[in-house]
Amino acid sequence: MQGRIHSIETFGSVDGPGIRFVIFLKGCAMRCLFCHNPDTWDPKTDNLKTPDELIDQALRYKDYWGEEGGITVSGGEPLLQIDFLIELFQKAKRHGINTCIDTAGQPFTRKEPFFSQFQELMKVTDLLLMDIKHIDSKIHRELTSVPNDNIIDMFRYLDEIHKPIWIRHVLLPGYTDDDKYLYETRAFIKTLHNVKKIDVLPFHKMGEFKWEKLGYPYRLKETKTPTKARIQNAVDILNGKNDENLI
Amino acid sequence: MLKEEWNGFKEGQWTSEVNVRDFIQENYEPYEGDASFLAGPTKATNDLWNKVQELQKQERAKGGVLDMETEIVSGITAYGAAYIDPALKDEEKVVGLQTDKPLKRAFMPFGGIKMAEQACLTYGYTPNPELHKIFTEYHKTHNQGVFDAYTPEIMKCRHNKILTGLPDTYGRGRIVGDYRRVALYGIDFLIQEKKMDLFNCGDKTMTDDVIRLREELSEQILALQKMKEMAASYGFDISKPAKNAKEAFQWLYFGYLAAIKTQNGAAMSVGRVSTFLDIYISRDLKNGTLTEEEAQELVDHFVMKLRMVKFARIPSYNQLFSGDPVWATLEVAGFGQDGRSMVTKNDFRFLHTLENMGPAPEPNLTVLYTKRLPLNFKRYASKISIDTSSIQYENDDVMRPVWGDDYSICCCVSATQTGKEMQFFGARANLAKCLLYAINGGVDAKTREQVGPAYRPITSEYLDYDEVLEKFEKMMDWLVEVYVNALNLIHYMHDKYYYEAAEMALIDTDVRRTFATGIAGFSHVVDSLSAIKYAKVKTVRDETGFIVDYEIEGDFPRYGNDDDRADDIAVWLLKTFMKHVKMHHTYRNSEPTTSILTITSNVVYGKATGSMPDGRKAGEPLSPGANPSYGAEKNGLLASLNSVAKLPYEYALDGISNTQTIAPDTLGHNEEERVKTLVGVLDGYFAKGAHHLNVNVFGLDKLRDAMEHPEKPEYANFTIRVSGYAVKFIDLTREQQLDVIARNAHETM
Repeated sequence: MQGRIHSIETFGSVDGPGIRFVIFLKGCAMRCLFCHNPDTWDPKTDNLKTPDELIDQALRYKDYWGEEGGITVSGGEPLLQIDFLIELFQKAKRHGINTCIDTAGQPFTRKEPFFSQFQELMKVTDLLLMDIKHIDSKIHRELTSVPNDNIIDMFRYLDEIHKPIWIRHVLLPGYTDDDKYLYETRAFIKTLHNVKKIDVLPFHKMGEFKWEKLGYPYRLKETKTPTKARIQNAVDILNGKNDENLI
Repeated sequence: MLKEEWNGFKEGQWTSEVNVRDFIQENYEPYEGDASFLAGPTKATNDLWNKVQELQKQERAKGGVLDMETEIVSGITAYGAAYIDPALKDEEKVVGLQTDKPLKRAFMPFGGIKMAEQACLTYGYTPNPELHKIFTEYHKTHNQGVFDAYTPEIMKCRHNKILTGLPDTYGRGRIVGDYRRVALYGIDFLIQEKKMDLFNCGDKTMTDDVIRLREELSEQILALQKMKEMAASYGFDISKPAKNAKEAFQWLYFGYLAAIKTQNGAAMSVGRVSTFLDIYISRDLKNGTLTEEEAQELVDHFVMKLRMVKFARIPSYNQLFSGDPVWATLEVAGFGQDGRSMVTKNDFRFLHTLENMGPAPEPNLTVLYTKRLPLNFKRYASKISIDTSSIQYENDDVMRPVWGDDYSICCCVSATQTGKEMQFFGARANLAKCLLYAINGGVDAKTREQVGPAYRPITSEYLDYDEVLEKFEKMMDWLVEVYVNALNLIHYMHDKYYYEAAEMALIDTDVRRTFATGIAGFSHVVDSLSAIKYAKVKTVRDETGFIVDYEIEGDFPRYGNDDDRADDIAVWLLKTFMKHVKMHHTYRNSEPTTSILTITSNVVYGKATGSMPDGRKAGEPLSPGANPSYGAEKNGLLASLNSVAKLPYEYALDGISNTQTIAPDTLGHNEEERVKTLVGVLDGYFAKGAHHLNVNVFGLDKLRDAMEHPEKPEYANFTIRVSGYAVKFIDLTREQQLDVIARNAHETM
């Protein structure tokens, strides 16, 4: 089996614990307005690699990983290539490699055949990096082109099976940078018991040139990057510093 | 038998013979704790450092030179006592200046009178004409000797810059005297030992080498006597060993001061002094005669002196080695042969000078790294790197098996056994040009002179790998022969006319010598050969049929992506170069070595180098040291590091320099994450067997801003690591600044 690869980053230091070998996969069904890697949407590529090839390549960096580091699969949407992921992580585990998935959760469903595959995958996954792109399903659809119901369900499922997650919340002025939604997101996070870390990723426009190159209309041209104060506000709310304001 | 000055020290072999390593091993105490014990700067430190910074500001305002000597020829006893500021004289805990005023540059004509004069004239000073007469009519210089003996072929290679940076107009440097000996033994014992060597040197037959050694030993003894005289002018008697930490710092510094008063070598390194000095500090702390504040003050004042070392240079020298460097290289950390960490509290104190007095390029602080170093120390060094970008790291695990556990770093990255070895420094051969000579039949792309042998040039439209490789190795064979001959001749003359008596007096008489060649243009040769092998490279000829450029069709693996196809060529290149060097006789039976290290000369070398088959255009800077080419890296920092780590250190014992810049956000979101990540990078890189890493931590925005607004106070001491040393960014030429910015900083989106 081969994975459809976008690119490799040998030095990922903010994509899971420690230093990580990050594999970016091709293909995503979401169309997030703020996406900074729209070049990963299209699943088509000539860059195909087997799990063995990738593990061999990743092991060249084992010396840098220390106690915590390992492999992170990002994208694109990794779960769209779940067969490949299962084989890759099973092999990684045979080498004692820490495994991590950076996913938006869009493909998740409790229906078969996906659900059994997902359960299989979770046996060999140490951590997931997740995001609630928007707590309100309607706005979520506006922002990402898909509703969030199955994604919320994925959070609940991971909580059920006690699978550790990090939450990385994109702070986008005009969409998620509203206290009302931040508190609603916080209220949801509070119901979960498997959240190990909550990061805020401030919106940036470094991906804009890629949209233009691909000929896609970029709709956030006028959107400003959030101020330091708003970032700190989001960090505080999501981490529970202002929980007394929760309804 | 223990002398009274040695009370409290553990006896060993060192008590009856000169053996500083043994003294250290018997007496040092490893420290595993953290940095919380460190003390801030004292008032004296702040007062003195403010004064020095003020002088540095005046120096910059005057175009880079504050003052120059025009009457007195520099020497160990050429000047009486001098201080940073006479009003603050009593606050200086370590005293001694090169001349009669701080930052004033000495007149040093023995390497070459022309350069000494030109340096003065460049900055508006006129040396006394009598000096010119003396050093042309009555006394020959190193430079004159070299040019008397140079062959037309060497001159041509030098002129066409395929051989560059040859130490033929100034001191060769790179010799580290064991300055610790002055503190541990006092001068009288050292004189006694050298006199014994002189007495025993002869073995009945007066051959050339015996005669020469006898003369050198006499010079060494004279230099030792002058060191005593110099110290006496400051009110110190260094004939006996140092009694306490303050004296140990002072005695040691006097040894180093003698070296920099007599030699203007490109690199004047201090050596591995940190652990040694800690033994004295520990004894005083235990006796209650010194506090931690006072200990830190000694380190700060000693380092302040190392920050003030200056030599008079000419503009062409400054283009090669930009930013006024002297490579006062000083090492911390490392491991002992017995498996104990050699990290002491003093290693923290030396790094702490970068906090107490802010970042600075000198001394060239070098951490001898191994994964086994105490975690607290690794974390502290990483933190200082992140805050100041002023530290370099070298792999103790690859150097210790070759050089033992008491080596120093001379110059940028080269190891040398302290007090046991000296080095014949040899600049570098531009192998990128050599490859172009191979393709164009020995004709230089820039000057169109027939420089190399007129072997048949390539006549085909597309380059054939086997054909190019065969021609390249033949051309390299020729170049290396000229190169080694040039160096043999240079070092013969340097020994004859500019012998380093003060430094050699602090090194064993039975000295081991290395012969340090060097390579420039490394990555471009590798990528060019890879392009020819894995893509199709079409030649572009001018109207005379001369190949002036190349067109690459298709993709090819580049050095810097952890791709063995390219990296194997890199290993082949190093081994092949070294193979050719070893074919030749090297002066005084020295051991040939090589380095992949360019310093900032990569910009000047690039100017003299035509377009390459890897796509690099004529005149563009070469990538520095063993760094992959700009923009070649596609898989991130670690892939790039892995490529460099594949180069076998055993074939480049003079060092493999790698410089990397990492944006703070790429290391992590906060200081704790950043420190942890950097420790991981260093652990991994050196576990791979790599040799050296310069670590810079800043974003490109800062560089761009510093280039446009050098007057901002925050940039006055903004220090960055370049190939093999550190430099104040604002002291670089604009071209070099642009080059630093152009290099692929590892920033993620």
